[in-house]
Amino acid sequence: MSQSHDNEVLIIQGGRVIDPATGIDGVRTVVVRDGRVAEVAERLEAPRDARVIDARGRWVTPGFVDLHVHLREPGHEYKETVETGSRAAAAGGFTAVCAMPNTVPANDNASVTELILARAAAAGLARVYPLGCITRGRKGEELAEYGELKAAGCVAVTDDGSPVASAALMRRALEYAQAFGLPVAVHEEDLLLVGKGVMNEGPPATRLGLTGNPAQAEEVMVVRDLALAELTGGRLHFCHLSAAGSVRAVREAKRRGLPVTAEVSPHHLTLSDEDVAASDYDTDLKMNPPLRSAADVRAVQEGLADGTIDAIATDHAPHAVEDKKVEFDAAANGIIGLETAFPVVAELCRRGILSERRLVEALTAGACRCFGIPGGTLAVGAVADVAVLDPNAEWAVDPEKLCSRARNTPWKGRRLRGRATHTVLGGRLVHEWSAR
Amino acid sequence: MIGRHRHLLSLEAYSREEILQILDLAVSMKEVLSRPVKKVPSLRGKSVVNLFFETSTRTRSSFEIAAKILSADALNWTASGSSVTKGETLLDTARNLEAMRPDVLVVRHAAGGAPSFLARHVACSVVSAGDGAHEHPTQGLLDCFTIREKLGSLEGKVVAIVGDISHSRVARSDVHSMTKLGARVRLCGPPTMIPKGAEALGATVHHDLREAVRGADAVIMLRIQHERIGDPLIPNTREYSKYWGLNVRKTAEWLKPEAVILHPGPINRGVELSSDVADGPHSLILDQVQNGVAVRMAVLYLLAGGSGESARAKEGLTP
Amino acid sequence: MNAEAVERTVRRMALEILERARGAGVQDGLSFIGIRRGGVHLAERLRAEIGKATRMAAPMGTLDIALYRDDLAQRGVAPVVGPTDIPFALEGRTIVLADDVLYTGRTVRAALDEIVDFGRPRQVWLAVLVDRGGRELPIAADFVGARLAVPENEDVQVRWREAGAPEDGVVVRGRREP
Repeated sequence: MSQSHDNEVLIIQGGRVIDPATGIDGVRTVVVRDGRVAEVAERLEAPRDARVIDARGRWVTPGFVDLHVHLREPGHEYKETVETGSRAAAAGGFTAVCAMPNTVPANDNASVTELILARAAAAGLARVYPLGCITRGRKGEELAEYGELKAAGCVAVTDDGSPVASAALMRRALEYAQAFGLPVAVHEEDLLLVGKGVMNEGPPATRLGLTGNPAQAEEVMVVRDLALAELTGGRLHFCHLSAAGSVRAVREAKRRGLPVTAEVSPHHLTLSDEDVAASDYDTDLKMNPPLRSAADVRAVQEGLADGTIDAIATDHAPHAVEDKKVEFDAAANGIIGLETAFPVVAELCRRGILSERRLVEALTAGACRCFGIPGGTLAVGAVADVAVLDPNAEWAVDPEKLCSRARNTPWKGRRLRGRATHTVLGGRLVHEWSAR
Repeated sequence: MIGRHRHLLSLEAYSREEILQILDLAVSMKEVLSRPVKKVPSLRGKSVVNLFFETSTRTRSSFEIAAKILSADALNWTASGSSVTKGETLLDTARNLEAMRPDVLVVRHAAGGAPSFLARHVACSVVSAGDGAHEHPTQGLLDCFTIREKLGSLEGKVVAIVGDISHSRVARSDVHSMTKLGARVRLCGPPTMIPKGAEALGATVHHDLREAVRGADAVIMLRIQHERIGDPLIPNTREYSKYWGLNVRKTAEWLKPEAVILHPGPINRGVELSSDVADGPHSLILDQVQNGVAVRMAVLYLLAGGSGESARAKEGLTP
Repeated sequence: MNAEAVERTVRRMALEILERARGAGVQDGLSFIGIRRGGVHLAERLRAEIGKATRMAAPMGTLDIALYRDDLAQRGVAPVVGPTDIPFALEGRTIVLADDVLYTGRTVRAALDEIVDFGRPRQVWLAVLVDRGGRELPIAADFVGARLAVPENEDVQVRWREAGAPEDGVVVRGRREP
C-alpha cells in the first residue's frame, strides 16, 4: 500500500459521490489538496502531476465514522491494539472510530485517555475519539470526573459493557454531564431480568436449550432512561439498540422533542436468533445485546430507515480465540465488525430496505451528530477523510487475512459483496485494496 | 413582634420593610459589641432556649452570646443524650420546655418545617436556626447585613451564590431576602446541585463559575458536603474545586476588584475557597460571624423585648 | 418660651457650666453627652457656646437609652433603638449630660446606667432645658434652663431649629389620647 504525501494533490475521479451532509448524490470528481477537500466538480481535467484514483463504478463518500469500537488498549492488547484496530477501521472505509472505555484500567481518567490518543496518533491510520466512563471504574457507584475527561479529549461518557443500574446515579450523570457538554451513551440491559441469559429469549433459545435474555430487558432500561432524560434535560445516546420496544420508545420520545440519539449494529440489522439456532452453537454469533427475533430485526431496520435510529455503529468487539473457543454459555460476548460493516449493511440497500443515501448518512453525518464529532462530510474546505467503496466487489471473508488481530466474525467463510477500495485520512491514503 | 410576626421562621414570609427594620436595629446592636461593657439590660429576666436537634456549635453559640449580651438567660438543649433519644416526640419535647416559660425558642432541626410546626403549638416566640433545606433566616439576615455594611445597600447589586443550592437553606434565605432588598441573585453550581424550580425563587441559574461571578458585587460560597452516600452529586471535591471553587488566580482574573466574598462556614479550605482567598482582602467571613451576633441580638430584642402578655393576647395575628 | 428666650437661656446655662468647671479646675476635661434626641441639640449648643469662650472644642457624644429602659416589660412593642456614639474615653472627664426635658427622671437613670457601662467618668453634671417636676426617682439637675409646673395630662415639647422646626421654642399642650 503506497502512501501519498499531504501536500500532493489527490484526484478521485468519476465515482458516485454520496454526501448526505451537502446533499450531493451523483458522479463527481473530488479534488484533495493539502489534506482538505478542494473541489467537488462535475467535470475536471486532472493535472499531470496529480495522483489519480479511478473511482468509476464506485461510491465516494465521507470517511465512515464508527461510534462504538472496542480497541482493547490499554490492558487487553492480546485481543486488539489501537494500531491494529485502526488498521481494521481503515480497511473498512472508516476514518474515525470512538474508543470504548472498558479498558484495563478503565478510561475514567486523563492518563488513559491520553494514552489512547497517543497510540492513535502514532499509528496514524484513523482518528480515535475516546469515550470516558460514566462511573469510576465502571462500578456504577460514583461519578467519574467528567471535567477532566472532557479536557483530556473524551467526546462522551459511557459505562458500555455494563448498564448504570441505579436510576438515581443515572439521573446525576445526565445532570452533571451537562456542565461539560458531554452526551451520556448507555448500554441498556436490566441485569436482573437478563440473569444468566446468553441469547435472545424465544423459540430458538428454547430449541437450543439455552437460557434466554428477553428483549424487554433492554426496553425497560430504555424507557427508564428516556424518562430521566426528560427529567434532567440531559443528552442521551442509546448504544446498540436491538429490540422493537426500544425503537418504539425512542421514536415516541423524538416525536416529543427529546434530544436523544441512537445507534444500531450491522449484525442486529441483518442477523436474528434463528441464525444462532441454525449455526450449531457458533459462539461467533454470541454478543450482548444478543441477536433478537425476526420482528425485532425488522423494527430496527425500520427505525434506521425512518431516522429514529441515527447511526450505524459496529460495536467491534475483538476477542482472543481462547475466549470464544469454548461452550456457548462460557464464551465471551462480542464480534468484530469494522471490515465487514459496509458489505453487510449494503445488502439492506440491495433488498430495498434502506436507501443508499440513508446508509451513507448513518455512517457519516448521522453518526457525527450523535457525539458532536467533526467531519462526516465532503464539503469544500472539510478535512479530506474519504472512503472509496466498490459496492459490487465480491470477496471471501477469511478471518486469518483480516487486519484486526481477532478472528471472531460470524461471516467467516462467506462471500460478501462490497468493499472499501481506498481510504483517505486527511488527504493521505491509508488503505488500498483491489480484488484479486 | 416584628411587624405582624410573632416568630421568625422564614424570610420568604417577611416583607422588605420588616427585614430592613431588623437590619437597621442590628447596626445599633453591633455598636454595643464595641463597648468595653458588652451588656445592656434590655432583656433582663427574659429567657432564650436553644433547642438544637442538629449539631451546631457556631450558630448555637452565636444565639447564646446574643441573648446574654441583652441580659437574657440562655439555656442550651441539644438532641443527643436527652429525651429525644428516649423516643420523645418533637412536640412533647417542646411542650415540656415551654412549661418552664421561656420567652423565645430558637430551633434547629433536620426536617424542613419543624420550627413552623412547633410555632403552631407553643405560646412563646419561635426563631428558626435552620430547618432542613428550607431556610436559615438569621444567616440570610446577617449575609444581607454584611454586604450592606460594606457596599452601602443591596439595591441593584449582583450577588452570586455558589455551591450545593439544592441542599442549602442558606441559599434559599439569601435569595428571598436579597431579592426583596433589590439585589439580582445568580445561583451557580454543577447541574446536579441546582434544584428544579430554582428560577422560580427569583434568581438566574448558571453552571459556569466565571460567568456567574463576572460583574458580581458579592459572591457567597457555600460549603460542599461530599459525604452523600448513594446519591453522589459530584465525582469528588477535586473536580468540584477545579470548576466551582475560588482560588487566588480566579479571584484576581474573574472578580471585580471591589467584590466581596462571603461563606456561611465552616469552610472546606481548598474546596470552595483556597486558604489565600478565605483569608484574603475580598473576604468578609469574619465580619459575618460578628454581624451574626448583632443580627441575632436584634431579632431577640424585637421578639422578646415587648410584653409577652400583650403579644400572646393578640390571637389571630400571623406567626 | 420663644426662640429668643431659648437662645438666652442656653447661653446663660453655658456660662454657669463654664463658671462651675473653672471653679473646680476641670474645664479642660469637659465633655458633652446628649440624650437622643432632644438632648443632643442642647448638648451641641452648650458645647458651641462654651467653645466660643474657651476657644477649644470639647468632645461630644450621643446616647440612645432604648436598650436601658426600665419599662420594656410594660410596652407591647419593643421600642425603636437609635444609634449611640461615644467616641472618647470617659475616664477622668467631667461629663455634661444633657436632655431637653426632665420629668420622671427615668430617662436620666437609664442614661446613667449606660454611661457607667462605657467607663468611669470623674463626675457627671446634668443639664436640662426644662424641668417640669413630676419626679418618680430621686434625680435632680445641676443646671436648669427653666422650671415649669406642668399638669400630668399635658406635654412639654421643645422645638429645635436643628431638628427642622421653623424656629426654637418650648410649647406646652394637651396630651393626645393614645
